Amino acid sequence: MMKRTMIFFAMLTVCLIALNGARVAAEEPMITGDVLGTIQLPVPQDPEAKNYLGLTEEGLFALSQIKTQVVMIEIFNMYCNNCQREAPRVNELYQLMNKDSKLKGKIKMIGIGVGNTPLEVEVFKKTYQVVFPLFPDADYVIHKTCGEVRTPYFIGVKIKADGSLRVFYTKEGGFQDPSQFLKIIVALSGL
Amino acid sequence: MLQRKRIYGELAIGAIAAMCLVTMAYGGSATLKENVYDVGSLKPIDSVPKLQVGDKAPEFTLPAVGGGKIPLSQYRGKKNVVISFVPAAWTPVCSEQWPGYNIAKPIFDQYDAQLVGITVDNIPTLFAWTHQMGELWFPALSDFWPHGTVADQYGILRSDGTSERALFVIDKKGIIRYIDIHDINKRPPLDDLVRELDKLKK
Repeated sequence: MMKRTMIFFAMLTVCLIALNGARVAAEEPMITGDVLGTIQLPVPQDPEAKNYLGLTEEGLFALSQIKTQVVMIEIFNMYCNNCQREAPRVNELYQLMNKDSKLKGKIKMIGIGVGNTPLEVEVFKKTYQVVFPLFPDADYVIHKTCGEVRTPYFIGVKIKADGSLRVFYTKEGGFQDPSQFLKIIVALSGL
Repeated sequence: MLQRKRIYGELAIGAIAAMCLVTMAYGGSATLKENVYDVGSLKPIDSVPKLQVGDKAPEFTLPAVGGGKIPLSQYRGKKNVVISFVPAAWTPVCSEQWPGYNIAKPIFDQYDAQLVGITVDNIPTLFAWTHQMGELWFPALSDFWPHGTVADQYGILRSDGTSERALFVIDKKGIIRYIDIHDINKRPPLDDLVRELDKLKK
């Protein structure tokens, strides 16, 4: 009887491990310590946005090419009510990052509009007067790379010397206080 | 032989138990947060079209969340009308579609178009649902009773009593200029609507 029970649990463990592997493969939200997969985006046409990101070429660029040490990524959706509500606070966060002389050039912010066309991203940008660069992800490719997270979602990555992007922070949903949020980002990123 | 049968039996039981556990984990993670009820994936379209482009838009008068009743005819000769039917309150996709339109008012204004939202829910449900979207600039109308009459007139009443996710563009003369009976599981891109509104100018 004991032996049967042991066989049962051994088999159960094997099955769970196998199925859990499949679950991980089916995209999980990013967690601290993960390496963010390759994300390629179009170089912005807007000279100001291009200059902010420190890009000189045309075509596509990888996140690791952004001239900075840390990138904060906001995953949003123009249709998402919570993203709309959060937009003023995210703008404030961006302003705080820029105002702080110690952080200038060391941290940059971008937004990814999941399931949004360029027109839909433009509507969001205009409505909330978003100054930092926003990119559409109409076919959810980047959304999958980031683990099909809910919106809004924030991912902080550090650009390592080898060009890899190490996740140091993730947050689902909005933040109450932009200055407190920035303090957390600065502390966890080691800037 | 008996031993092998037993091992296979244990393996089968273990696999079933593991699948149940994983299904539970997926079910939990798939459940949408807050008050949105996850309906899962539905039959994309479950109705037979009754109208086509060029037809006169069927007239209706429906109660609005904001109070009173709104007849379609009130826009005749004054505004182009976009009717957005969404299947049901508190469901995925629907709960995002109208908030998206809510920040796209300048686009509707650009084409002299009035958006009208309709669902088959009753007024109290529609009130609670739209209230959490913030202030809507367009009327939300209830096609609850007699149930789904307008949705049926427009050929988009599904067999379960909800409506299709559909867009109708009606010009100032009351003629239907565009119909999009969309896959209920997907949100129609704003681009398609803008393209069709742009055609009204020509």
